[in-house]
Amino acid sequence: MKTINQLTIILLAGVSMSLYQCKPKGPVDATVGDAASKVYVAPGKYDEFYNIVSGGFNGQIGVYGIPSGRLFRIIPVFSTSPESGYGFSEETKPMLNTSHGQVPWDDLHHIALSTTKGEHDGRWIFANGNNTPRVARVGFKSFRTEEILEIPNSGGNHSSPFITENTEYVIAGTRFSIPMGSKDVPISSYKENFKGSISFIKVDPQSGRMSIAFQLRTPGFNFDLSRAGKGPSHGWFFFSCYNTEQAYTLLEVNASQKDKDFIMAVNWKKAEEYLAQGKARVEKVKYAHNVYDEKTHSATTTMGTEVNVLDIEELSDLVYFIPCPKSPHGCDVDPTGEYIVGSGKLAAVMPVFSFSKMQNAIANKEFEGDFNGIPVIKYEAALHGEVKKPGLGPLHTEFDEKGNAYTSFFVSSEIVKWNVKTLEILDRVPTYYSIGHLSVPGGPTAKPHGKYVIAYNKITKDRYLPTGPELTQSAQLYDISGDKMKLLLDFPTTGEPHYAEAIPASMISPNSIKIYKIEENANPYAAKGEGQARVERKGNDVHVYMTAIRSHLTPDNIEGVKVGDQVYFHVTNLEQDWDVPHGFAIKGATNAEILIMPGETQTLKFEPKEVGVVPFYCTDFCSALHQEMSGYLRVSPAGSKTPLKFSTGETEGQPAAGN
Amino acid sequence: MKKLKPYARWIIAVSALLLLSAYFVPLWQILMWAPQYPEGLEMKIWINTLTGDVKIISALNHYIGMKHIEVSMFPEFKYLIYIVAFIIGFGLLTALSNRRLMLWVYSILILGAGIGALVDFYLWGYDYGHNLNPTAPIVVPGMSYQPPLIGTKQLLNFTAFSGPDIGGWIFIVSGILTIGTLILELYATRKKVVPAVQ
Repeated sequence: MKTINQLTIILLAGVSMSLYQCKPKGPVDATVGDAASKVYVAPGKYDEFYNIVSGGFNGQIGVYGIPSGRLFRIIPVFSTSPESGYGFSEETKPMLNTSHGQVPWDDLHHIALSTTKGEHDGRWIFANGNNTPRVARVGFKSFRTEEILEIPNSGGNHSSPFITENTEYVIAGTRFSIPMGSKDVPISSYKENFKGSISFIKVDPQSGRMSIAFQLRTPGFNFDLSRAGKGPSHGWFFFSCYNTEQAYTLLEVNASQKDKDFIMAVNWKKAEEYLAQGKARVEKVKYAHNVYDEKTHSATTTMGTEVNVLDIEELSDLVYFIPCPKSPHGCDVDPTGEYIVGSGKLAAVMPVFSFSKMQNAIANKEFEGDFNGIPVIKYEAALHGEVKKPGLGPLHTEFDEKGNAYTSFFVSSEIVKWNVKTLEILDRVPTYYSIGHLSVPGGPTAKPHGKYVIAYNKITKDRYLPTGPELTQSAQLYDISGDKMKLLLDFPTTGEPHYAEAIPASMISPNSIKIYKIEENANPYAAKGEGQARVERKGNDVHVYMTAIRSHLTPDNIEGVKVGDQVYFHVTNLEQDWDVPHGFAIKGATNAEILIMPGETQTLKFEPKEVGVVPFYCTDFCSALHQEMSGYLRVSPAGSKTPLKFSTGETEGQPAAGN
Repeated sequence: MKKLKPYARWIIAVSALLLLSAYFVPLWQILMWAPQYPEGLEMKIWINTLTGDVKIISALNHYIGMKHIEVSMFPEFKYLIYIVAFIIGFGLLTALSNRRLMLWVYSILILGAGIGALVDFYLWGYDYGHNLNPTAPIVVPGMSYQPPLIGTKQLLNFTAFSGPDIGGWIFIVSGILTIGTLILELYATRKKVVPAVQ
């Protein structure tokens, strides 16, 4: 009996062992051979590419190096940053103004780097705010947010900020259709009252300043992504649309009923003609336009009140619909400008449309019908071909310089490489896990730089050391220089990256500024030397014109401030040396700190509520005597007679020490 | 009156005209490196001004009590342009006058100017490095910070180099041409020594 038992146990153990061996292998050993040397950037050496990565729900942009995956900087765009004082300093508060007041957060999904003739030009980064519809422009010299434009008549700015070939326009297409003009209507009146809106934002080629040129009023459905035509298709813009069912509840079912939704092709040159002919109607709206001036180091808000609207249901030859299978997400134009790839999230095939065939179809009126009067082109008439059995859940496609496309598949969690002309699938690699967008350096441009594809994954799970229920986000770098894609690196990212672009460092780094010139500082509250440092009272407002230079603040003893005053610390960093920012913080301030770059002036407001002596200090470790860079503010009771006094280096009864 | 050879007159004229460069290029340079300044800091000394990272160098040096470097600290900048103009004029006059005595004087002048400049620079450097503010944040007992006259020296976390810049090198070439010409002249016209005893 005993021996049988032992035998059984051995047998069971053997069987379970062999069963265990049969289990499919995990992704542990997915990298190959010399991956480490391909992503190793030696100390003191630089990365080859900047990766400009959207931060999703953190409302910021992350700047990474490729191929190392190292994070260099987080640029605050739609979110306040207590670290730098963005959105807290008096100078930057207006950047987050909207028609709803200051909105200190947004959901930043997509990046567009400016182009000239369809190629990267290294001037600006554009980014969208999805929640409270906005478009931001970030300068590539300062890596700072220079402008934010609110989008009126939009229910959520998702199909944005994609750009035309020469950055003539930045696009802002609404994710949600809404009743225009803040109407109080039943939600069930969707078909009747809800409309979509696409804004064409003009970009000044010199200053980069944005202004809404016109809006297209569309039937009510959802706009997801878009891309401009280029080369032969320059003058056209392509948008993916879903919920052509016009559902307003349980969209996951009700917006997934039709076999085909649309790619909307817009002839924007025609729209410009209609605008010039006065075919637009002017609508009253309210939107904020916030601009940061590099000379005054201050932002200002102006409120816009009007917008030109072109109704696509009333104007012919302006817009055509192309049927596209099942709720398309990506709508990507290849480098030649001839092919448009639709990625139906729920579709079994991926259609690739031909711009020239589409033009012929329009000329020959090969329409299968219309939607609210807008012609719907016959699917086959515009179709170049379908990529068969590509994978599950195609989302987004980018291109290399050799005529290949790379499509991300969320459901089957992979990247698939295929040939744009032949539609033949060439390779597929798994991603860990569930890739969203992907990025090839220069992938959306007329001249891709190639070399890598980067996956921005939606699920992280076991890829890194766990940090409780909330995990880091996971990006992955693949080598695409050969026939087969090779996984090189996992790197963690902040926020939740959606789309990202990568650009050669050589186009950006030589232009990166090191300091702001103090003689060009036009902030009205600047003190451009310690001789100009002073304290002035105007009623209950106390203005401290303070200077910071290694390693003291001037003035550093201030008396005569009273409870109930509003104290403005205007701090000018007098340094003109690279990488010597100073910080300023004061105990009990209910806002944040400010970081002041060399030559810059920033203002922190402080409202003393209690009597006492309040220390303030420099927060950025600036020098060997950084810890000494501090001072005191004496706060006297309201109505007291303490005289206004300020000094640095003076001790009672003695002249100033030091020089 | 000993005359000069024609080639000597030409060389003297060229050497004098070379000094015109002093008005267009820096004469001397001080370079500094520290762990925090891998890109280096530089100060260029011109005939009448200072350029480069003077403010940054001053800001750093205030920790150890050194004076703030200002152009106005140096009265030399006011009269150096005249001294150089005089030397150039004297050189051209020497070439024109065609007298060896003038060449002697010109050689001494140019040599004296070079030595004088170095002595002047040393004296300033001594004062700048020793005459420190006693209330400076960092006082290292017994430490002085005189910059090197020529060459490299370690001063706390900084490695300092001092040496001629383009204008200085041109000055040196000019001096070599002048004094070389004088030596050639002397050699060419030396008395033939006749052996006294056969």
